[in-house]
Amino acid sequence: MNSGENRSTTVQSIAINLLTRVLEVRELMLIVIIIIGGTAMSITTPIFFSSSNFKAILLGLSVEAIIAAGMTILLVSGGLDMSVGSTMALSGIISCIAIKFGIPVFFSVSLGILSGTLVGFINGIIIAHWLINPFIVTLGMLSIVRGLVLILANGVTIINLPESFTILGQGKLFGLQFPIILMFFVIISGDILLRRSRFFRQNYYIGSNEKAAILTGIKVKKVKIINYMLTSTLAGIAGILMAARMASASVNIGTGLELKVITASVIGGASLSGGEGSIAGAFLGALLMGTLINSMNILGIDVYWQNVITGIILITAVILDNVMKRRRESASQ
Amino acid sequence: MDNNEMLRVSGISKSFPGVKALDCVDFSLRKAEIHALVGENGAGKSTLMNILSGVIPQDEGKLVIDQKIQKFNGPLDAVKAGIGIVFQELSLIQNLSVAENLFAGRQKTNFAGFIDFRNLYARTRELLSAFSESIDPRTPVKNLSIAKQQVVEILKAVSHNPKILILDEPTSSLTHKEIDKLFRLLEEMKTNGISIIYISHHIQEIFRIADRVTVLRDGKYIATRNVAEIDEPEVVSLMVGRKITHNHINRDSSIDRNTPVLQVRNFSHKKYFSDINFEVFKGEIVSMAGLVGAGRTEIARAIFGLLKPSHGTLLINGKKITPNSPVEAIAGGIAYATENRKSDGLFLDMTISENSIAPQLINFTHRRTDFLDQHKIDSFVENTIRTYGIRTSTAQAETRKLSGGNQQKVLLSMWLGVAPKVLIVDEPTKGVDIGAKNEIFSILRHLADTGTAILVISSDLLEIIAISDRVLVVKNGRISGEMPHQEITEKRVIAYASGIASNNS
Ligand SMILES: Nc1ncnc2c1ncn2[C@@H]1O[C@H](COP(=O)(O)OP(=O)(O)OP(=O)(O)O)[C@@H](O)[C@H]1O
Ligand SMILES: [Mg+2]
Repeated sequence: MNSGENRSTTVQSIAINLLTRVLEVRELMLIVIIIIGGTAMSITTPIFFSSSNFKAILLGLSVEAIIAAGMTILLVSGGLDMSVGSTMALSGIISCIAIKFGIPVFFSVSLGILSGTLVGFINGIIIAHWLINPFIVTLGMLSIVRGLVLILANGVTIINLPESFTILGQGKLFGLQFPIILMFFVIISGDILLRRSRFFRQNYYIGSNEKAAILTGIKVKKVKIINYMLTSTLAGIAGILMAARMASASVNIGTGLELKVITASVIGGASLSGGEGSIAGAFLGALLMGTLINSMNILGIDVYWQNVITGIILITAVILDNVMKRRRESASQ
Repeated sequence: MDNNEMLRVSGISKSFPGVKALDCVDFSLRKAEIHALVGENGAGKSTLMNILSGVIPQDEGKLVIDQKIQKFNGPLDAVKAGIGIVFQELSLIQNLSVAENLFAGRQKTNFAGFIDFRNLYARTRELLSAFSESIDPRTPVKNLSIAKQQVVEILKAVSHNPKILILDEPTSSLTHKEIDKLFRLLEEMKTNGISIIYISHHIQEIFRIADRVTVLRDGKYIATRNVAEIDEPEVVSLMVGRKITHNHINRDSSIDRNTPVLQVRNFSHKKYFSDINFEVFKGEIVSMAGLVGAGRTEIARAIFGLLKPSHGTLLINGKKITPNSPVEAIAGGIAYATENRKSDGLFLDMTISENSIAPQLINFTHRRTDFLDQHKIDSFVENTIRTYGIRTSTAQAETRKLSGGNQQKVLLSMWLGVAPKVLIVDEPTKGVDIGAKNEIFSILRHLADTGTAILVISSDLLEIIAISDRVLVVKNGRISGEMPHQEITEKRVIAYASGIASNNS
């Protein structure tokens, strides 16, 4: 009797410990939510639980997740990039125009990606050297780059692209499309670098106290400029993948993408005030949203509702984060 | 029941994960009394004050204020009950003016709801004059020196006309001049019937100002004594629970007067200082004394590449360098530990471990890659925690959760671990208890003995006397006096700092 009671209390305390741990480690919490949601969906509709549907989900979020890797690093360092959606379109358009001019695919693609890098360089210089607020700078850049895209493409969508280009978005390896493979590569290597490498860890110092980071001899400007270049380069790569997958370069591609990417990072544990976040978390954030949207499609929920729900998830994630933090602080105060 | 009792705290306990910060503590405060509260870093002083001011709730125990049992649900309740507090860490809003900070939330508005600035500034001036301070009420707080900010912080608490005023290490960044003014103000408040709780690591201050003293150790109440019936060694031994042996500091032995490591030549800055000339020799500890605003911190910041001097040269080991940023200064062998740990010293949301390695991340990577070596970091940090006696349950604790003095130790450990050619420490032992202070002095001495040139900026004259081989007194941006350690006395330093004496007279 007595020992039975004891056992049930230890089981209970283990369960409570597990629960607090899951709630504290953001990545664990997201995995649990995704598994629960996925199981529920699998029970309701058989279409959901199939490898082709899973691949569709991953392909759908690959572009977002690749850019989210860079965005998370920026958020950790206290920065932000609103111009990623436009940059993505720019790189797609530039490489496709180059291809149409007869420039070999390899060089066309490089040109597209470099145009992205250049956007990031300009963002970085203005933000790091002239100390202008990153939100304002990249918001301006969002508009400038989108304008350039419209000018370059003359407002029309470029189609009829050679297979040597479209294969970049449509080709497969081990039964998975290239964008998915590249996404896993970026996420895994990015997560390891941000967790363990000296260079990338400097971002946590910059994000948690920039003045102190300067005083400890961290090359704050250099790190910031590299962050913006990295994020824009990833956006450029994502733009190429998208154009290749669609076999067309459209001027509207990537509109509103910045919000989705930031949402993924924030759900994954990044904070807009800097100093926190992980790339694995950002991927899980994107996966959560991707799964949810996929489920809504399967269940036949109106597309317009999807925006509403994405917004609700973002706000919920931030509120939850705040509540948890305050609880932890009051528990420790 | 003692009718003269203003406040009684009984059986207060408070736990944080891993520490019992307060363990059944009793404390009582009489009307019109100045009551000092002392204890080592992490003894629980600030925690007790946070409970008294409603910032955090106690786990157990009861508060009686003016014969009434009080239960605080937040800082506002404490203000209503007549408690005013000056926290250990500065908490002013940097971008707002002095006036707006002083009267935050209490500004008089006119009929349309706009702030009546004329009235606000007038009231601010009146308040400042109580402290004979000549700060313009419109100055943004961020433009004030730390000492002036501390003064504003004190006046803010005073302006609420509290019945009980709590001061948590108010003098840690003040020089003797402000301290004198503060003590006069406190005496005056006392004669007006106000009760004051005074926390300080400067034991001698207690004998100047306090009526009684209560000692805490490891979260426990140890004793309360009348100041008139106790002496300094006894207070210290109550605090630490053992006898403190003063490390004998031997000076001069290792100074190599032929090898200047740091040479500053004709350093000038439009606003802060002019014609600064001095050198620090190999193995020497030189202090800069002076009043608040004399320009000492600015000179240090210029050496460290944070401020551009309008002219002048800097030589390290005889070689000229012109650091334009801390990165270049560090590369040139200079290290600088700031006076303001909260704003530009520590990464408060990061762990002790991450903080302590911050200035030398590059030394903690694996040999051939850029990945950080956790084993190297762990053993370094473990050693740091032991050497400096940082009170924490784990190296992975957030630095924010440490007591003030322990945070200061983390800051110093960051820079002493680098072993630079020139080390500049700005108020190195701010908020640090006596035991740890001696420890830090001997670490500084050891560094000097192994060849580092050390420049100490300090407002604490006893500290200057204890540690320096030579003192430079800075006044109004100029060096007004210099003396070797045999000649250093409080009187002489003060004379030079306030302009009564000068080298050329
Ligand atoms: N928010 C918190 N979370 C966890 N531990 C805390 C927190 N605040 C204080 N502590 C711990 O409680 C203990 C007492 O801290 P407190 O700040 O009261 O010390 P103190 O006597 O004011 O020291 P000091 O002289 O250094 O200011 C310390 O061990 C500290 O690490
Ligand atoms: Mg304290």
